[in-house]
Amino acid sequence: MTAINYQRKELPSIMLKTGVLLFLLGLIIALLGYAIDHERAAFNGVILLMFVMSVGLGSLFLIGLEYLVGADWSVSFRRIMEILAIVVFAVPVFSLPLFANLHTLFHWTHIEDVLKDPILKNKMPYLNEMFFSIRSTVAFVLMFIFWWLLAGRSFGQDSSPREDFRKVTVRISALFMPIFAIVLTIMAVDWLMSLEPHWFSTIFGVYYFAGTFSVALAVVTLFAIYLNENSYLGEGIGGDHYYNFGALLFAFTNFWAYIAFSQFLLIWYANLPEETFWYLHRWEGSWAVVSIGIIIIHFIVPYAVLLPQPAKSDPKRLKFIAWWLVFAHFYDLYWLVMPTYSSGGAVFGWMEIYPVLISLGTILILFYYFAKNKNLLPIGDPKLPKSINFHL
Amino acid sequence: MKNKMIYGVTGIFDTPDEIISAAKQVKAIGFERFDVHTPYPIHGMPKAMKLGASPLGYFALVFGLTGAFAAFALMTYLMGYNYPLIISGKPFIPIPAFIPVTFEVTVLLASVGTVLAMLFLLFKFPNNSHPLHDTEYIKRVSSDKFGICIEAKDEKFREDEVIEFLKSIGAKHVEVIYYDNETLNFKVNIFEWKFVTFLVVSALVVSGATYIVLNKLMFASPFNWMMEQNRIDAQVESKFFGKDNFSMRVAPVGTVSRNSNQFKFSGQPELADAKLVNPLIPTEENLRKGMKKYDIYCSPCHGYHGLGDARLNGQFPNPPSLHSEKVRNWGDGHIFYVITEGQNSMPSYSSQLTNEEKWAIVLYVRALQRAMNAKEEDLK
Ligand code: HEC
Repeated sequence: MTAINYQRKELPSIMLKTGVLLFLLGLIIALLGYAIDHERAAFNGVILLMFVMSVGLGSLFLIGLEYLVGADWSVSFRRIMEILAIVVFAVPVFSLPLFANLHTLFHWTHIEDVLKDPILKNKMPYLNEMFFSIRSTVAFVLMFIFWWLLAGRSFGQDSSPREDFRKVTVRISALFMPIFAIVLTIMAVDWLMSLEPHWFSTIFGVYYFAGTFSVALAVVTLFAIYLNENSYLGEGIGGDHYYNFGALLFAFTNFWAYIAFSQFLLIWYANLPEETFWYLHRWEGSWAVVSIGIIIIHFIVPYAVLLPQPAKSDPKRLKFIAWWLVFAHFYDLYWLVMPTYSSGGAVFGWMEIYPVLISLGTILILFYYFAKNKNLLPIGDPKLPKSINFHL
Repeated sequence: MKNKMIYGVTGIFDTPDEIISAAKQVKAIGFERFDVHTPYPIHGMPKAMKLGASPLGYFALVFGLTGAFAAFALMTYLMGYNYPLIISGKPFIPIPAFIPVTFEVTVLLASVGTVLAMLFLLFKFPNNSHPLHDTEYIKRVSSDKFGICIEAKDEKFREDEVIEFLKSIGAKHVEVIYYDNETLNFKVNIFEWKFVTFLVVSALVVSGATYIVLNKLMFASPFNWMMEQNRIDAQVESKFFGKDNFSMRVAPVGTVSRNSNQFKFSGQPELADAKLVNPLIPTEENLRKGMKKYDIYCSPCHGYHGLGDARLNGQFPNPPSLHSEKVRNWGDGHIFYVITEGQNSMPSYSSQLTNEEKWAIVLYVRALQRAMNAKEEDLK
């Protein structure tokens, strides 16, 4: 096979500048928010936390998936995911202000109310501050460990490739998958579902996963296309990589819709008051508009845009829809979190911007710094030439 | 050979790289009608041949949308208008419940439709005599060689030039393919007796089989298990409940319907006649209610007009007419008494009817009697 021709190019400083600008702007708004209305700021903090976790943990998942299924095509941009996954280290940082505000966020932390409420009382062995903190801490630690095992170890391969690297990493990926599923479900249940502690839905973890996958893939797609177009990836990845991005984004748009609808259908059909109220909250006042909006934004638009075959390999449309899916995930989290804060009608103000600014800023800054002095192609991977020449 | 019609010229190559470059050159010269045959799919071939997008996607789209709309419309019509049923307390047109079916039918029609369109429209399926069949060329490209075929229908086609050209780009074995004269002159004759007989026979077989299946087979064991259930049909003799051979159970003696008080005049029809007064006034609403209940509970024996000429006539002791002098002179309380307690072979209706319903029936019986024996003044 042909040798790879790759000269490292440092990322442009505009990327860092944009990142810092977004981050600082977001930080100011967040600080102001916590000063003025700490409750609202904390709820937005949950959106921030879950978005960053989606991108970080989702990238780790994509890496694990590649090893596990033995994919060739994704090797050429695996570095992007490996670098992107570094944002898992930001997740605990974003959880700190929330831990300081647990009482504001979570009804189940009010022991006096819980003791009066037989349902919450029975949930106490799981939903208590002590166990909650332990779970989150363990989840964070697991994310770090697996970041090192799946992503961190790979950078050394560029200079001194180890022969059994792939074999070992495949095993690690196999171990990672169930742990990933458990960690992700626990985080989704703890930080999102327990905002309304009476409510439960067994599919909720999968629902959050569907969003995670599509947003992580969307962010990877954006990085891959922008870096490729400005020739940061050596001679570049061919057209069929783009087609795969498009096809996968399309598939997971459908997957999200499938899961979201399944959750709704079962609850709607069974019509049990202990389950339906969650949807009814999201149907009160202007929330109804937001709820309808999620169908359009998270499903109909990306579905329609990605349906034609040429759209899946057209970088312009791919970039548009990837940005769109990033927006859709924010929207989804907003829809999951905010009705608890303001029941009866949707609220949107300057404060709701800060999760977006901070998470985008964080991703850009961390990516820039971490990519410094690193190859953007895993040049030590024997599969790389095959991957670059990937054709469907 | 001269009197044969030419189909095209074929050339054979040894490696995938050669055939890709050959396809590129053929296209570069400007040939439009040519095809490449290889033992396995070759990456980059559509690009080399500069093939446009396949139209198959549009078939999928049209069939899929047809499926979606058809399924949705069918369910809406059936569930909402044709045979509305309440299912788990949902509206007659429960849109969320329609979505899975709509989705399934969309996928079904899109996939089946696309495959059929591909076979019949793009591959021209029933046409099973392609001139390339049974040639040396197709034998070799379907085992280990790679071939290209330029069709004579192409505007730029000149037999000798094409042969020379294929040789010049490195074709190993150049062959001219002709149409089979027999297939070329073959005219389809739909009135051919074999074809007609085939149609008639298959129509007879299909309709006969359908008739047998729907009218005989479905009623034979084991297909009739759904019908031959271990259940007790109403109005049929059965020993299931005990020695009385009735399949239907009668309410225990003394059962009264909900909201009915105990009857104070049990066994005392005269007293009931004297003491009881109908609390209802003959409004249209009360009369309608009485008519409805009378038609349900009384008309099977007494007939719709109380003449005793009902549809159970002959299977049960004939009841007397309700227009007799006797009954007309009874007070309302007496009729109420008969409904409540029964009379000889007429059973009690206490367990089925509330007091109010009974009084409504009494009103209606009075109306019937009045209609049959109208007084002078009614006619005015
Ligand atoms: C199962 C058939 C049957 C049904 C149903 C039935 N009846 Fe009768 N009814 C009879 C028979 C038979 C008699 C005569 C009983 C007897 O021999 O005294 C009778 C007698 C009567 C009489 C007394 C007539 C008379 O001349 O003595 C009245 C009034 C009467 N029925 C009203 C009703 C009303 C009102 C209903 C509806 C609630 C009703 N019946 C339903 C069979 C029926």
